[in-house]
Amino acid sequence: MRRILAAGGLAMCLALAVPVAAVAVQPDEVLADPVMEHRAREISAKLRCPVCQSETIDESNAQVARDLRLLVRERLVAGDSDAEVIDYVVERYGEYVLFEPVASGSNLILWYAGPAMLIAGLGIGFAFVRSRRRPEAPVEELSESEKTRLAELLRD
Amino acid sequence: MITELGHFCLILAFGVAILQALVPLVGAGRGWQGWMAVGPAAALVQFALIAVSFAALTHAFVTSDFSLRVVYENSHTAKPMLYKVAGVWGNHEGSMLLWVLILALFGAAAAVFGGELPPSLKARVLSVQAMIGVAFLAFILFTSNPFDRLALPPFNGKDLNPLLQDPGLAFHPPFLYLGYVGLSMAFSFAVAALIEGRIDAAWARWVRPWTLAAWIFLTIGIALGSWWAYYELGWGGFWFWDPVENASFMPWLLAAALLHSAIVVEKREALKSWTILLAIMAFGFSLVGTFLVRSGVITSVHAFANDPERGVFILLILAVFLGGALTLYAVRAGQMTARGMFGMVSRETGLVINNVLLAVAALVVFVGTLWPLVAEMLWGRVLSVGAPFFDAAFTPFFVLLAAVLPVGAILPWKRGQLGRVARALAPALTLALAVAVLAWVLATGRSAVGPVGAGLGAWLVSGALVDLWLRAGRGGIGARLGRIARLPRADWGRVVAHGGLGVTILGIALLTANATEDIRVVREGESFDLGSYVITLDRVERFEGPNYHTTMATMTARQGGRVVAVLHPEKRLYPVARMPTTEAAIDNGVFRDLYLVIGDPQEGGGWAVRSYIKPFANWIWMGAIIMAIGGALSLSDRRTRVAVAAARRTGQPLQPPVQPAE
Repeated sequence: MRRILAAGGLAMCLALAVPVAAVAVQPDEVLADPVMEHRAREISAKLRCPVCQSETIDESNAQVARDLRLLVRERLVAGDSDAEVIDYVVERYGEYVLFEPVASGSNLILWYAGPAMLIAGLGIGFAFVRSRRRPEAPVEELSESEKTRLAELLRD
Repeated sequence: MITELGHFCLILAFGVAILQALVPLVGAGRGWQGWMAVGPAAALVQFALIAVSFAALTHAFVTSDFSLRVVYENSHTAKPMLYKVAGVWGNHEGSMLLWVLILALFGAAAAVFGGELPPSLKARVLSVQAMIGVAFLAFILFTSNPFDRLALPPFNGKDLNPLLQDPGLAFHPPFLYLGYVGLSMAFSFAVAALIEGRIDAAWARWVRPWTLAAWIFLTIGIALGSWWAYYELGWGGFWFWDPVENASFMPWLLAAALLHSAIVVEKREALKSWTILLAIMAFGFSLVGTFLVRSGVITSVHAFANDPERGVFILLILAVFLGGALTLYAVRAGQMTARGMFGMVSRETGLVINNVLLAVAALVVFVGTLWPLVAEMLWGRVLSVGAPFFDAAFTPFFVLLAAVLPVGAILPWKRGQLGRVARALAPALTLALAVAVLAWVLATGRSAVGPVGAGLGAWLVSGALVDLWLRAGRGGIGARLGRIARLPRADWGRVVAHGGLGVTILGIALLTANATEDIRVVREGESFDLGSYVITLDRVERFEGPNYHTTMATMTARQGGRVVAVLHPEKRLYPVARMPTTEAAIDNGVFRDLYLVIGDPQEGGGWAVRSYIKPFANWIWMGAIIMAIGGALSLSDRRTRVAVAAARRTGQPLQPPVQPAE
């Protein structure tokens, strides 16, 4: 099911890319300097293709993804740092293109949810395990009716 | 005619489901045997009716009846037969019909194999199962009817999305649905037990096989999807953390947690109320997944707002079932008293840690998946949450889980000694560290993922072997091996499944850390180096497929002058759907895959060629299969076959072991 939809989204991307469809990074985009190219790939893997469904610009075949890949390389060649390149793209395309949401403002909830839940979970688990070390309620007292019945039985 | 029959049967099934939801429930409440007995009969009838309906839709696809809207939109006369059949569930309407078919199948299986259940519990389980059926049958009939006719049938159809025309993907949805829907049994058992007010070891023994079966199917389904992505999308990615994938991964995590907590209920009568909650949430997350995928809310909030009918309907189903079950839980949970006592160092504690880690991991995926929606609704922030977030936020949980798993697995119930466990695991730890160091030395990159993952994988596999060895008791090697061979299948299942997880983790880590990639322009006849291989592009030709045009390359991979493989990567164009696809050519190996992709012709001559060495790729899916085999071994254990014993006692014909989804 998930894949069908994923493929549906992908189909959208591919359809947009017709007829220049090919797989993602093209040979003519690759930078001569392998270190620079490696940085470009790392950055591309964090940026979302704006017209696709959950695809990075590194994976996508859409025209805009290609444009963005070229833009990233252009900025790198111009001497930008990785962070500057990402800021440059985000300034123009919005926070939406960031696959790794910035840890600021309301997004802090997202980033701290995991550790907070883990601490809470382990705390509850620890409290539970501790409570299991000894019987919490000793053997229950007999009820009134049971006592009467017992007395009756003993009298016989 | 056949189509109308199918449509009619679906409506009848809706009626039967309503009957099955009400009559046994009332019967169980009043203690009326006759009313309770309606449950099993209705479950079988409902399944038969939906099966006829499904067969009718399949018939329409096979005969290319384009007067049906879904057939027109998703099929074509030139499509190979396998994909005509797979096309039945390759669209929204048909996939929902498959969903209710499997739901009814599980209900019928519970009716047939649930012989040893107390009659009132069985009646209530079937009733709850039917309520889910009513909701989804209504959803199909009122919002997504696959039997809709077109007034003017076109001559031919629009074809199925070519990406879906693949054997791996043809069987991916049925397995996934068997998993999703299988969890409905755990849910029905939980709700029935809450109504009943009784949860004990016997309940856990009944609910566990269903959960196990669902988990096995989910494991296979997810692995198939991931494997398909690996070879079909053309660059060898195997997991993208996209919301649709997460929708299947969350129930998998919770089902895994439920499997383990149900053991504690069964053996020690502790963790009862938590297990009930997990059973409710595991199916709840299946419904959440269905909502996310089916409502279109993932694609964009606006797509959802423009066509909210289906989304709102599923949201309503989700609210009613999850809300109802949780309310019932809040009222009744207090009555469930834990009995078993255990020390701080014990298998119980280990399983509690397992549950905390799995549940929190599932919640992290949940929060990350829904965050874009929440952020847009509350703060108007349009943002994305993708792989970099999940890699960072999710991975630590699995590292922790893998680190403590072998320790927890060999701890005894009630009270254990860490010293003894440490001595037993010392060889496994040594091996794991050695593997980690080896991975560090051999790594092409310098990331920590490779060594840590390889070490953890080795730790899990060798820990599983230690587990097996400890179960063999004392004595000479011969005596021990004899005892190992006679161990209960549940023990084998545990060892095999844990080892499988190790294999998967090892594969993921080594593939992620050490893949080699090469992108270049190659002319026919030219060669280039890829790692220790020399790849030659021999020729590129054009052919016609049954329903596509293809550009096929012939490439030879040589190592030290010896031919390793001749591969044929393709680029296809499906003219009806007007869509190109890449068919990568892969030379599968135990330690590496060679992965070749042919791209577009270049302006100055030559072809764009992408080639990869993917180390340990197949270990990822092999591990998943091993996990599923472990689950199946555990499922075939005597303990879960009590139904057979019960059937034998009452003189009924012997049924095969509980396999709810044959």
